[in-house]
Amino acid sequence: MLQEQELKTFVDGTTNYFEVAAQQPASVGSPYLVTDGTPAMHEYTGVISVSGRREGIVYFTAPKAMLTVLLMKMQENDFSHENMRDLVGEVANTISGNARRDFGNEFVISVPSVLAGERAELPVVPGARSFVIPINWRSHSAKLVVTLK
Amino acid sequence: MPSLERRGAKRPLRLLIVDDSNIVRRRIERSQQFDELEVVGAAANGVEALDLFKRTDPDLVTMDLTMPQMDGIECIEKIVQLKPEVRILVISALADKATAVDAMEKGANGFLNKPFTDRQLNEALAELLRGR
Repeated sequence: MLQEQELKTFVDGTTNYFEVAAQQPASVGSPYLVTDGTPAMHEYTGVISVSGRREGIVYFTAPKAMLTVLLMKMQENDFSHENMRDLVGEVANTISGNARRDFGNEFVISVPSVLAGERAELPVVPGARSFVIPINWRSHSAKLVVTLK
Repeated sequence: MPSLERRGAKRPLRLLIVDDSNIVRRRIERSQQFDELEVVGAAANGVEALDLFKRTDPDLVTMDLTMPQMDGIECIEKIVQLKPEVRILVISALADKATAVDAMEKGANGFLNKPFTDRQLNEALAELLRGR
């Protein structure tokens, strides 16, 4: 069973990105569990794979509109597809860095990969349930999904 | 603006930015506030960084660690072999102490965690320069 502290590490990694990079904190919505199938994805998704004491994936999926505003807040004026991919990759990179710091050698955490499209295929984690944590920022909402067993 | 011009030298200090994220490269380029610092190149991986390093002879390098082709740790080792007096600021999301220690042992002079604010970046660059 996923520990609360483990979830907190992933959530903190995500909200920290907004707070520091955009100078405007994100709030965390009520988490929920998805036991059947994969939670819905937004247009851009940054994924890290976890192995070791736990196995599975953790991903941050965000709508283009949110990423556009986030880029604006970072004084960036290039809103290309490549920069959207780059941005979710950086958020996933921060989540990965936080996890490596907090979990040490117990977890082996991959370099992030990036998926584009709401129907992109995520790696399957048989027998794992997904915790979905809404990440709300300004008027936008993204999801942090933790699927570990 | 803080003055970072190298003592006795006429040319500005030359900065090479190494990061696989275009957003981060541009952010570093845009946010550095020092008039006397000249960005001489930006590389997206270690291989590109080494090539640019040889061609531009920078005094300072900001270095990401997780990059394709050649990671930052290997790149730091190679750069320090080429120019031992170069000052290297690691800018990475890898927040664990072991990574920071490894980078410092290979020749880095400072470590800044991602994400960072403009102020944190400028303080880290100023700190890097104070050690010169």
